[in-house]
Amino acid sequence: MTERLESREKVTGAARYAFEYPVENVAYAAAVQASVGRGEVLSVDIEAAQRLPGVLAVLSHENAPRVDSEPDGELALFQSRTVSYRGQFVAAVIGETLETAREAARLVRVEYAAEDPDVRLRTDHPGLYKPDKVNPVFPADTELGEPEAAFTDSAVRVDVTYTTPAEHNNPMEPHTTLALWDKDGSLLLYDSTQGASSVQSTIAKVFGLDPTQVRVIAPHVGGGFGSKGSPRPNVVLAAMGARVTGRPVKFAVPRQQMFATTGYRTPTVQRFRLGADPDGRLNAILHDVFEQTSTVREFAEQTATPTRTMYQAPNRRTSHRLVALDVPTPSWMRAPGETPGMYALESVMDELAVVTGVDPVELRVRNDTDREPESGLPFSSRNLVACLQEGADRFGWAGRDPAPGVRREGRRLVGTGVAASTYPAYMQPGRAIARAEPDGTFTVRIAAADIGTGARTALTLIAAETLKEDIDRVTVEIGDSAFPRASVAGGSSGTASWGTAVVRACESLRGRLNGEVPPEGLEASADTSAEVKNRDEYARHAFGAQFAEVEVDADTAEICVRRMLGVFAVGRVLNPMTARSQFIGGMTMGIGMALMEESVMDGEFGDYLNRDLAQYHVPSCADVRDVDAFWVEESDPHLNPMGSKGIGEIGIVGAAAAVGNAVHHATGVRVRDLPITPARLLPHL
Amino acid sequence: MDSEATPVHADLTLVVNGREHRLNVDTRASLLDVLREDIGLTGSKKGCDHGQCGACTVLIEGRRANACLALAVAHDGAEVVTVEGLADGERLSPVQEAFIENDAFQCGYCTPGQLCSATGMLDEVDQGWPSAVTADVSTEPVLDDDEIRERMSGNLCRCGAYVGIVAAVRAGARSREAAEA
Ligand code: FES
Ligand code: FES
Repeated sequence: MTERLESREKVTGAARYAFEYPVENVAYAAAVQASVGRGEVLSVDIEAAQRLPGVLAVLSHENAPRVDSEPDGELALFQSRTVSYRGQFVAAVIGETLETAREAARLVRVEYAAEDPDVRLRTDHPGLYKPDKVNPVFPADTELGEPEAAFTDSAVRVDVTYTTPAEHNNPMEPHTTLALWDKDGSLLLYDSTQGASSVQSTIAKVFGLDPTQVRVIAPHVGGGFGSKGSPRPNVVLAAMGARVTGRPVKFAVPRQQMFATTGYRTPTVQRFRLGADPDGRLNAILHDVFEQTSTVREFAEQTATPTRTMYQAPNRRTSHRLVALDVPTPSWMRAPGETPGMYALESVMDELAVVTGVDPVELRVRNDTDREPESGLPFSSRNLVACLQEGADRFGWAGRDPAPGVRREGRRLVGTGVAASTYPAYMQPGRAIARAEPDGTFTVRIAAADIGTGARTALTLIAAETLKEDIDRVTVEIGDSAFPRASVAGGSSGTASWGTAVVRACESLRGRLNGEVPPEGLEASADTSAEVKNRDEYARHAFGAQFAEVEVDADTAEICVRRMLGVFAVGRVLNPMTARSQFIGGMTMGIGMALMEESVMDGEFGDYLNRDLAQYHVPSCADVRDVDAFWVEESDPHLNPMGSKGIGEIGIVGAAAAVGNAVHHATGVRVRDLPITPARLLPHL
Repeated sequence: MDSEATPVHADLTLVVNGREHRLNVDTRASLLDVLREDIGLTGSKKGCDHGQCGACTVLIEGRRANACLALAVAHDGAEVVTVEGLADGERLSPVQEAFIENDAFQCGYCTPGQLCSATGMLDEVDQGWPSAVTADVSTEPVLDDDEIRERMSGNLCRCGAYVGIVAAVRAGARSREAAEA
């Protein structure tokens, strides 16, 4: 149990986030968003804005510096007249103060030639297509056996469609950049990002620089949940503003503007067909997914991929169909793919349990498999059953009456539900450097990110263990692209990837240490590219089981999650204290997904209607009661030198299904469209 | 030109964490922006700028308030305590200590607001203020977990550290009591 190493800075306000670096002569940016959902900018009237004292520059497609739009169309800020979605940035003001910049942005008048935007995801949209691959590199469709025929022939059939809404990551720290150009043409960015190295290389391309001319600093990041996994327009805007004015410029995307410009989870429509024997053994699984992308950049969420991993069945199919709408570009949000996909799979498994009369825990055990069903690969380790069993014990599942809608406590209907979790154990190549100092201390440097995951602490533990030194003698420095290149904090791969580089660098340093450290110190570095490439072929995934108890007010349909318990199998847990927080944090976000989070598309004008935290509800303190997380012992030699699997995302996977299944058990009502709000539930009570 | 768009400045005195600051501020500036941009106390965070998240919570005259909703000019002469003022020199407050021990944060961005809010909230309970979940408002409220959760619900934490926050506030309240006894 090691407390976060930056705890003291975080509780005293000393930890600096991107907006907070003191720089001389800083100016402020404010952005103007498109007020039409599709069309062209005809003119930008900047006169009134420019007359305001303290306005330094007004940027739009008419005068913005040219940048390379190849890396990401969303970063091609002010490069054309085209409006691709409502809320897209079309102009910006740089001002002496925040107040002036914001007021001037209000005075910019943009005229448009507007067209009707096409913004509604539907399964009969004529524009639906099969993407070449789904995020990051999975096939869009897979098929084994004779799924349609096997389904038709199955003794028990469930054929249902689930929908999940668009959801916004909403990290508490907005996407923020402070940009400074040096006289020598190099660019310094204090950025709120999950990956300093990737911002460095992407922004270098956008501005036509050599990567060595861009430095990105981000030691503390106020959450990201995927939305800071790649640079967003804020980086380009701040850098452009700084170039045009010759001043440092900072820009934090206002919360309301984040909803259009910083990414979100696509809405999904998922048709599931399960064919099974009367005893619940699966014979056919068909999972067909419909989702959206934008016209700016394709993002294809890998929603059906967990279905390829979870349960045995000889006949199976998964498919993804995408439609490019006039909407902001969807992107990564905590466990993209697994989160919406496992919501649907684990809900339909509950439906199968109800139809067959098999206990939901037992149903999952019965369909467990020791090989990944679609790839045929052996699992490096798979302890789903252990998680289900330990979870059932801890939760008090035994003796549960399966009958829905029969437990009443006064006005409240009470029920329990279970769902499985899974998340791949990814690993990315990277580098690290380890130094022994003459005073007996050690410094390890890597451009990793700690967005609240506890990465800094975990990496320090890993380095100290490898060096066989006390943790107090080891400092791990992260969050700076000047350090050895590191992968993004994403795909729950951070600690596995960076930790491996840290281990290899520290091992190599230890090999070179014999006795005295020379006055200039001793250094060793590592690059894990070959190691990552040459890993044995295994299906590497973490698993888990989540249990929820809910009460539903029979008169108002208000739902309260009384308790929630997760048990996870994630290899070796490196720091129990921060790991538990990761699991519980994910489960908490899962409560939000189940019960409240929903970004509502404005069907007529485009963009999301509920653009702030008063209208987009995330769980508050009162919504989160008795939530706890545990893990089973799991030793897996096929992962990485630490023996760990990623833990940042699995907590949200399956959480919404556990809650939804509990709501069904409490009320007898199956709501198949998230979130399960009183408005959706009450008519059926 | 909009006449209201011409910036108007005003002199202002703020006593922040016991230190007096004489400032000349834009009358449109929020207390939060004055703290962060003019005084350089960046501990108070901006999560929404609209009073919807609590990241900017500070104590104004001892009471918790969203600094993003407070116009700086409206608080001339006010005593303000920010997260930077909660510790006694190097000694952390009981609530700060408890936040660390209970891992009541992850990214830390909501934390300054949570800490100021918890500090102000414990004073409110000491003064006998009821909350929406206090069953009998004529009695002294007892700070159980339901009370903590209700009273801390103005501070959002997207990392989902609430379980730790409730444990920390509970523990912080206990050690405050012990220190006062
Ligand atoms: S920043 Fe003040 S409440 Fe959100
Ligand atoms: S600790 Fe990240 S938002 Fe609360």
